[in-house]
Amino acid sequence: MALQLDQIEARAGAFVLSADLTVPTGQRVAVIGASGSGKSTLLDVVAGFRRPTSGAVRWHGQDISNLSPGQRPVSILFQDTNLFPHLTIGENLALALNPATGRLRTGDGDRIEASLTRVGLRGFADRKLSAMSGGQQSRAALARVLLQNRPVLLLDEPFAALGPALKTEMLDLVAEVAATEALTVLLVTHDPQDARRFASQTIVVEEGQATPPRHTEDLLNDPPEGLRAYLGER
Amino acid sequence: MKPALTFAAGLLASTTFVAAQDTPVLTVYAGDYIVSEWGPGPKIEEMFEAQCACDLQFKPGDLLPRILLEGAQTDADIVFGLNTDVTKRARESGLFAPHGQDTSSLTLPVEWTDDVFLPYNYGHTAFIYNEERITDVPESFDALLNAPDDLKIVIQDPRSSISGLALVLWVKAIYGDEAEQVWEQLAPKILTVTKGWSESYGLFTDGEADMVLSYTTSPAYHIIAEEDRTKKAAIFPEGHYFMVELSAKVAGTDVPELADQFLEFQLSEEFQTMIATGNWSFPAKLDASKWPEGFKELNLPEKVLFYSEDEAAALRDETVEEWRRALSQ
Amino acid sequence: MAPRAVAIIAALTVAGLVIGPVTAVILRAEAFSGFRPADWQALRFTLVQATLSALLSVLFAIPVARALARRQFIGRGLLVALLGAPFILPVIVAVLGLLAVFGQSGLLNRALEPLGLPDLQIYGLQGVLLAHVFFNLPLATRLILQGWLAVPAEQFRLVATLGMGRGAMWRAIEYPMLKRIVPGAFAVIFVICLSSFAVALTLGGGPRATTLELAIYQSMRFDFDLARAAVLGLVQLGLALTAGLIALKVTAMPVAAQGLDRHVPRWDRNSLGAKLWDLVWIVLAAAFLLTPLAMVTFNGLAGITTLGAPVWQAAGHSILVALGSTALCLLWALPLATRWGEWLGLAGIALSPLVLGIGLFLIVRPFANPFELALYVTATVNAFVSLPFVLRILRPEAESIRADYARLRDAMGLSGWAWLRWILLPRLKRPLGFAAGLTAALSMGDLGVIALFADPDRATLPLKVYQLMGAYRMDQAAGGALLLLILSLGLFWMFDRGGRVGSST
Repeated sequence: MALQLDQIEARAGAFVLSADLTVPTGQRVAVIGASGSGKSTLLDVVAGFRRPTSGAVRWHGQDISNLSPGQRPVSILFQDTNLFPHLTIGENLALALNPATGRLRTGDGDRIEASLTRVGLRGFADRKLSAMSGGQQSRAALARVLLQNRPVLLLDEPFAALGPALKTEMLDLVAEVAATEALTVLLVTHDPQDARRFASQTIVVEEGQATPPRHTEDLLNDPPEGLRAYLGER
Repeated sequence: MKPALTFAAGLLASTTFVAAQDTPVLTVYAGDYIVSEWGPGPKIEEMFEAQCACDLQFKPGDLLPRILLEGAQTDADIVFGLNTDVTKRARESGLFAPHGQDTSSLTLPVEWTDDVFLPYNYGHTAFIYNEERITDVPESFDALLNAPDDLKIVIQDPRSSISGLALVLWVKAIYGDEAEQVWEQLAPKILTVTKGWSESYGLFTDGEADMVLSYTTSPAYHIIAEEDRTKKAAIFPEGHYFMVELSAKVAGTDVPELADQFLEFQLSEEFQTMIATGNWSFPAKLDASKWPEGFKELNLPEKVLFYSEDEAAALRDETVEEWRRALSQ
Repeated sequence: MAPRAVAIIAALTVAGLVIGPVTAVILRAEAFSGFRPADWQALRFTLVQATLSALLSVLFAIPVARALARRQFIGRGLLVALLGAPFILPVIVAVLGLLAVFGQSGLLNRALEPLGLPDLQIYGLQGVLLAHVFFNLPLATRLILQGWLAVPAEQFRLVATLGMGRGAMWRAIEYPMLKRIVPGAFAVIFVICLSSFAVALTLGGGPRATTLELAIYQSMRFDFDLARAAVLGLVQLGLALTAGLIALKVTAMPVAAQGLDRHVPRWDRNSLGAKLWDLVWIVLAAAFLLTPLAMVTFNGLAGITTLGAPVWQAAGHSILVALGSTALCLLWALPLATRWGEWLGLAGIALSPLVLGIGLFLIVRPFANPFELALYVTATVNAFVSLPFVLRILRPEAESIRADYARLRDAMGLSGWAWLRWILLPRLKRPLGFAAGLTAALSMGDLGVIALFADPDRATLPLKVYQLMGAYRMDQAAGGALLLLILSLGLFWMFDRGGRVGSST
C-alpha cells in the first residue's frame, strides 16, 4: 500500500531523471535538491505531466503510468496559477468538484463553504483572486485540493512567494489537513527548514538521481556530500 | 414604420418556402440588373403573366457561364440579356433553339437576320458629359484624341465589362490598324479604368471625370427620371458602336410553347413601349414616333458601326491586347 | 479525445471548402493553354502591390496602436470602433468615399487649389496603396493594439520600477510583442491584397494595375476558360499559403507570461514628446480613415430616406446572414486557434472568391437548387472568408491561455466542455467580441458569392446597392451604402462592446 516509482527513467530533453523508490501511504515526504537537479521532473512524472520512458508509477500496486493527470489519484499545488483568476473562488471550487461541467449539484454549495471554512476563508466564495492577499490565495488553492479529494498531494514549492511566517502557517495548515485526510504528500522545496518542519521523510534529488526517502532529521544532520554542498556548510 | 415592418418580413422571408403550384413555370435566366426592382424584370413578369396563365420566374446571375456549366440539365427556358460578345460561344454550345420570329420588321439601325438570338433593345457606345462642367465638347473621335490632356475620361475594362469590350471594338472599327496608336494618344486623358459600368458612372456623377464611357441612351434616364437635361452624349461623325441585348430559347425547354409565346411577347408593342424606360434603351421593334418623350430628345449617331460575331470574335483578343499594351506603358 | 476530434472535423471542413470547389472547377475544365505574357505582368503587379500594401499598413499601425494603447481619452472606445469601419465597407462604397477626399475633385485637391499647388494624382500605384492601407490599417491597428493590451501589466510595472529608458523598454517588451504579432498581421493583409481586383484596377488607373484576380474573372466570365481560372486560382492560393508559412516560421511562440487580471497604468507616457507623438498619430489616423467615411455618410443622407421596401428586406437578409456566419465562423475558429489551424484558415481569403463561388455552384447543383440555398451558401462562405481574420485575432490569446492554464486544467481534470465554458470563452471574451464583430460586419458588407447565386427574394444589401448603381440611381445607392455602413458598424460595435464589458481596460 504505497506510491511506488518502479525503476523510473524520464527524459526532458537531454536531461534524464531516474528514480526507484516507494513512499508509504499517509507519509509526508520532502523532495529536496538544487535547481535543475530534477525535482520538478520527478513531480511531473507522478502527476502525469511527463510520461516515463521506462518503468512505472504505481498506486496501491496498480500501474497508473498511462493515466492523464486528471485521472490520477493525485492533486497538485503549483508554484503559481493554482486557480483561474477570472472566476470567483466559488466557481473555481465548483470546477474542482465537477470537472466535467463546472456546475453545482445539490450539496456542493455546502461542501465548498465547508472547505473554505476549513482553510479559514469562510465567506470568500464570491471573491476573485485579485481581491485577495497572497496568503488568502494560497488558502483558496488548498481548498481546491481538499475538494478534489485525491489521496496523493503534490506540492511544487507552492508557498515560495509568501513571507516566512505565512509560509510556516500554510505548511502547518497543509500538514494538519494531510493528517486528517490521511494524504500521502510530496513537498518539493529548496529550504531544509521546510523539510524538517513538514516531513518526517526526505527524498534527495541530485543530478537526475532521486534517492529513496530517508528520515529527514538523520539526513539533514548528516548530509551526504552532494547535499552538504547544496545546503552549505553550517 | 413601414420600413421596420418590411425589414422584419425580410428577416422571416428566408425561412419560409413558397408551396409549389400547378401552373406551368417559365424559367428565365436574366442579368441581375434586369431582375432587380429597378430593372424591367418586375414589369415583364407582370405583363407576361397577365396573358400566359403561367408563372414567370426570373433567375438572375451570370448568363452564359452558368448555362454552359449546367449544360443540357439547365432549368432555363429562356435566356434574357445576352450580348453579341457571347453569341458565338452560345451558338456553338448547341444549347439554344431558333426563335422563329420575323426579324424583318425590327427597327434596329443595322440589319438583323440571326435566327437564334432575338433583340429586344439596343443602344450605342458613347461618351457622356455634363454640359455644365465642360464647354469645349469634342465633336468627333479625332477631336477627343486631340483634346487637351486635362480632359479626363473614365472607361471600363474590356476584360471584365461588355461596354469596355464594345469600346475597343469601336476604336478598332474607326481606326483599324492604327488602333494601338490611338490608345496611346488617348491614354493621358484616361483618368482610370473600372471593372464595370456602375463604377465608372458613379465616378462621373460624383464629378470625378469629365466624360464617361456609357450609352447614347444614358441621358434619357436623367431627362425622364430626374428632369435633368445637362447630361448629354457626345455624337461623333466617325460613328458609334452598336450594342444590342438579346434573348434566346433554350433547346431543351420543357415548355416550348410558353417560350415561343414569350419571344413573341418580347416584340409586342406593349413590351417594346415599356422596355425603353424599363431598361433605358431604344426598343428593338418600335417606330421612333412611339418612343417615350425623353428618348425623342436624344442625339442619335448618323453612322452605326458593328462587327458580326465572327468578326468580333476574330478581333477580340488582338484589340484587347492592343488596348492593354498601349495603356500599360 | 473529444477536443482533438472537434479540431480535426473543423480542419477537414475548411480543407474541404478549398479542395472541393477547386477540384470541381478543374474537373469541368478543358486543357490549360499556358500562361500569357499578360499573366506574368499581372502576377508581378499583384505581388508588388500586396507586399507594399501590407508593409505600409503594418508600419503605420504600430505607432497608431501604441498611441491608442497608452492613452485614455473621451471617445476612445468610439474611435476604436469607427476605425474598424473601412475594413467592412463594400469595396465600391469605400472607393467612392476615398475619391471624394483624394480624387480629382476631392476635398484635398479643392483645398490645395487656392494655394496654387499642383493637383494630387491618386490614380496609379500610390492610389492602390492608399486604398489598401485605408482598408487594412484598421485591422493591423486592432491586431497590434490587441497585442499591446495583452502584455501583462506586471511587465510595465517592472519596467517602471527598473527605470528603463525608451530603448530598453522597446527591447524588453515592445519588440518581442511586435515580433509575435506583426508577421501574422502582415501575412493576413498580404493575402487580402492578393485578391484585390476592383480597387486595384480603379485606383491603379488602368491595365498596369491588373491583378491575378482580374485575370481569373476574365477567364471565368469572358473566356469561359475554367482551366485558366483554376490554374490562376491555384497560383494565388499558393502565394497566399507560402506567405502564411513564412509568417508562421518567423512568428515566435508566445511567451507564457501570466499577469493577474488587474489594470496597471503605464508609466512611459507622461513626457511631452510622447504625448505629442501619440496625439499626432491618433489625429492623422482618424483624419485619414474617418474623412472618407464622413463623405460616404454625407453623400448618403439624401438617399437613405428614399429606400424602398425591398432594400429594407435585403437589409434583413444581410443581418441574418451576418449573424449566421458569425456563429459558424466562431465554431470553426475555436478549435482551429493553433499554429497550423491559422495557416489552414488563410485559405479562406487565399482562394479566389470566383473560383470558390463557381466551385460551390458545381458541387451544390446536383443535389439542390443553388438559388434556394443562396443565403446559406453566402453565410458559409462569409464565415470561411472571415476565418483568417478571426484566427489571427484569437490565436495569440488562445495560445497564451493554453500556455498559462493547461497544467492547471490537466491537474483538475477539466473536461473539454468545462474548459471551453469556464476558461477559454471567458478569458477570450475581448478578442472573441472583436472577432465576432468583425465577422458580422464583414459578412454584412461582402458581396461575396451572392452575386453568383442571387435570387431576387434572397438578395442582400450590398447586392441591392450594386443594383441601384446599375440602374443609374446613384443617390439611392449612396443611401443604401450609408444604411450598410450603419448596420455593419452597429453589429460590429455590439459584438466588440460585448467583448469588452467586464474586462479591464
